[in-house]
Amino acid sequence: MARVVVDVMPKPEILDPQGQAVANALPRLGFDGVTTVRQGKHFELEVADDVDDATLAKIAETFLANPVIEDWVVRRVDA
Amino acid sequence: MKVGVITFPGTLDDVDAARAVKYAGGEAVSLWHADHDLKGVDAVIVPGGFSYGDYLRCGAIARFAPVMQEVVEAANKGMPVLGICNGFQILCEAHLLPGALIRNHKLHFVCRDQWLKVENNETAWTTRYDQGAEILVPLKSGEGGYQADAETLKQLEGEGRVVFRYVGDNPNGSRNGIAGITSANGRVVGLMPHPEHAIDALTGPTDDGLGMFLSLLDAVVSA
Repeated sequence: MARVVVDVMPKPEILDPQGQAVANALPRLGFDGVTTVRQGKHFELEVADDVDDATLAKIAETFLANPVIEDWVVRRVDA
Repeated sequence: MKVGVITFPGTLDDVDAARAVKYAGGEAVSLWHADHDLKGVDAVIVPGGFSYGDYLRCGAIARFAPVMQEVVEAANKGMPVLGICNGFQILCEAHLLPGALIRNHKLHFVCRDQWLKVENNETAWTTRYDQGAEILVPLKSGEGGYQADAETLKQLEGEGRVVFRYVGDNPNGSRNGIAGITSANGRVVGLMPHPEHAIDALTGPTDDGLGMFLSLLDAVVSA
């Protein structure tokens, strides 16, 4: 088995109201100096060893991320 | 005329959509998400709700439901399809319509009666309206912000494919105040507000939504 991580983030030009809400809350909580927060999704997949990179890329592009509004990165990590 | 109404796990508005079809004089046919069969319907409505719990993204899982494979195939042959709210999100995820819907710009779930301007009365679902007419129907959604890249927006606007636009304050941060769009051939329409909840003044704010279902009847009968 291999461990695969897929990180999905809203594209820079797409409004991220959740990230903005978090950023706006930080000064109220006493944390100054954070100018921007973007909120995304982090997936951890356990996959069989024979699942190739092309298949992983397809899973990310067609299902885990929506390419209209999101960017994504797929990487294999040590289990 | 038979109009299919799909039910996914988590769909809420299938019964109201079927009721709207009957009010317009059509026969509503229930379609189940796991079916590979459209049961000979002339058109399909993908109703609102929270298909598959809206996990991952709204509509992202429903897009892969067996019945949606059939809907995409039929739509590509010209069958009229209407996606309302979650149905609009599903049609975008299925690439029957361009763009995507994201969390409302103020993060709040919006639930109110909403004025819409009819920007295109030549689709299969809008011929009963006058061009430029304003209609009042309910809007109830947390992820109704319509997004598309600049090129897609330019194309939609240039080809008259914006079907409905919000009147007054933009309720959810949609680009260009877009409430609903159509496919290039005018057969597939998606919108966030709910015409099926406004077909009788007894149970809705108006009966302004009924025009969409009557329009479909005209489109199918004349085809």
